[in-house]
Amino acid sequence: MPNLTKIKQPAETVPAPPPAGFSPLLGKNTQRAWVRISALARKELYSYFYSPIAYVVMVIYLLFAGWFFFSRFFLFGQIEMRMYFGTAPLLLMFLAPAITMRLLAEEINTGSYEMLMTLPLTITQMLLGKFLAAFAFLAVIIGVTLSYPLTIASLGPLDWGPVMGGYLGLLVLGAAFLSIGLFTSALTRNQIVAFILGFALCFVLFLVDKILMLIPGFLVGFFEYLGVEYHTQNFSRGVVDSKDLIYFASIIIIAFIGTRLVLERRK
Amino acid sequence: MIRIEELSKNFSTVKAVDQVTFEVKKGEILGLLGPNGAGKTTTLRLISGYLRPDQGRIFVGDQDAVENTEAVRAMIGYLPEYNPIYQDMLVYDYLQYIAAMRALAPEVKEERVREMVTTCGLKDEVGKRISELSKGNRQRVGLAQAMLHDPEYLILDEPTAGLDPNQISDIRDLIKRLGRKKTVILSSHILSEVEATCDRVIIIHQGKVVADGNPKDLQRQAVDESRIHLKIAGDGNVNEVLKKLEHVYKVEADENESKEIRGYLVHSAHDHDLRPDIFRLAQKEGWVLYEMHREVVSLESIFRRLTSG
Repeated sequence: MPNLTKIKQPAETVPAPPPAGFSPLLGKNTQRAWVRISALARKELYSYFYSPIAYVVMVIYLLFAGWFFFSRFFLFGQIEMRMYFGTAPLLLMFLAPAITMRLLAEEINTGSYEMLMTLPLTITQMLLGKFLAAFAFLAVIIGVTLSYPLTIASLGPLDWGPVMGGYLGLLVLGAAFLSIGLFTSALTRNQIVAFILGFALCFVLFLVDKILMLIPGFLVGFFEYLGVEYHTQNFSRGVVDSKDLIYFASIIIIAFIGTRLVLERRK
Repeated sequence: MIRIEELSKNFSTVKAVDQVTFEVKKGEILGLLGPNGAGKTTTLRLISGYLRPDQGRIFVGDQDAVENTEAVRAMIGYLPEYNPIYQDMLVYDYLQYIAAMRALAPEVKEERVREMVTTCGLKDEVGKRISELSKGNRQRVGLAQAMLHDPEYLILDEPTAGLDPNQISDIRDLIKRLGRKKTVILSSHILSEVEATCDRVIIIHQGKVVADGNPKDLQRQAVDESRIHLKIAGDGNVNEVLKKLEHVYKVEADENESKEIRGYLVHSAHDHDLRPDIFRLAQKEGWVLYEMHREVVSLESIFRRLTSG
């Protein structure tokens, strides 16, 4: 077979140190893995912007976000973004599963999943590609709302610290919700079911620190820690705490492992 | 070379593939033949790495396909059944996407895509959306996709399903040409297809291999007796006289052409050609021999015999 691929595989017999660009997550051929992951991510992004769902989701998010923010902004008359960051988790709960619902469910439903999983990429690489596309799309939508701080900054002095923290918090929270959405998309071949399940799971995480009065005292701390808002609040104060980052990272990792397990079972 | 050893795969209680063993050499085109639901697609899915076997081993080249799935997938070109491809992509974009997923080097990428477009006769379709293509052209995109990285091994699940006769013969020619240099496994439930394209046939039934060999050998193996159809006009008990010939097992009445010209079906040992004997007998008895022909067992009847009941 003529060697069509430029990057050679490292010799297997020599116990060589990991080649340049080695990543334990992606394995031996990290560079080639990235070529594949980015190709998949690009293809997914392309399908987002080709389908009308993307625009519908985007417009609805921006309408609601804009309404929630500006209606209260003029009521309080303060140059700050907290009103936006306060309502955004609620909106993301809808937005994230709507972005991810088709990612796996559609492939499984049309059978193209078979094509995808006979290409030389691992489940982890495939999930990474899909996740990156969804995250990029979410980042674009959230990025559009950067127009809010830019607008209100012209009205008076804006403290950019909490704004930047808040946006970072949104992206991190969005990533966690997206990975939950990706997980529910793997569970079913029906996109609507994937969306509803994804929303329900995100909602549970949102709700869990709102029902503390029903929980026995010694567990309150634990359940409070599980709640999503407990962690996003710090961000919108401009505080980036490693505790919060670890919280969101664990959600993402657990969701990824869950998705992998579900997909492995299909084999 | 692809080697499969005692491969089994169950879906809940159904044994989809049951202790299947075979080997395909380089330069060989193997046809998997069987009725619908026999386990052909499952076997191919196991080789392509989409499914994981419950038991048994698969070697593609010198690689274990279960342990080194990714490496094996990189060597295989696969056309799944029903050819599921993304409907909303342009043909060109889709091939570019597959080229990227196959990690083809940028300098050969364009060239390979162009080559496949020419080979598969897709020149007029490259700018179209896949959902707009006819079934035949979509199948060609599937083939182009499978061969894009010039794989050593080609696995084609029902490659000519849904095509018109012209397209079928085009694709058969293509497969035959490829088969000289590569290892090809294709599946089909159409006998003429397998007879026309394959060097070797494996018949699968209820997940098991029931026959394995080249089409000619299979025909020979399956014949345990030879049958001769006769149309004879003659006096006396033709039936009884025929029965007395050496090597004859049984004589049956066949369709009569008229009152005088009667039909007979003679079963005899398959290693002895009875026709000269019958001719001489007819001469001796003064019969008029209107017709005599020996039944050739087709792959179709072998297939029916092996897979029914």
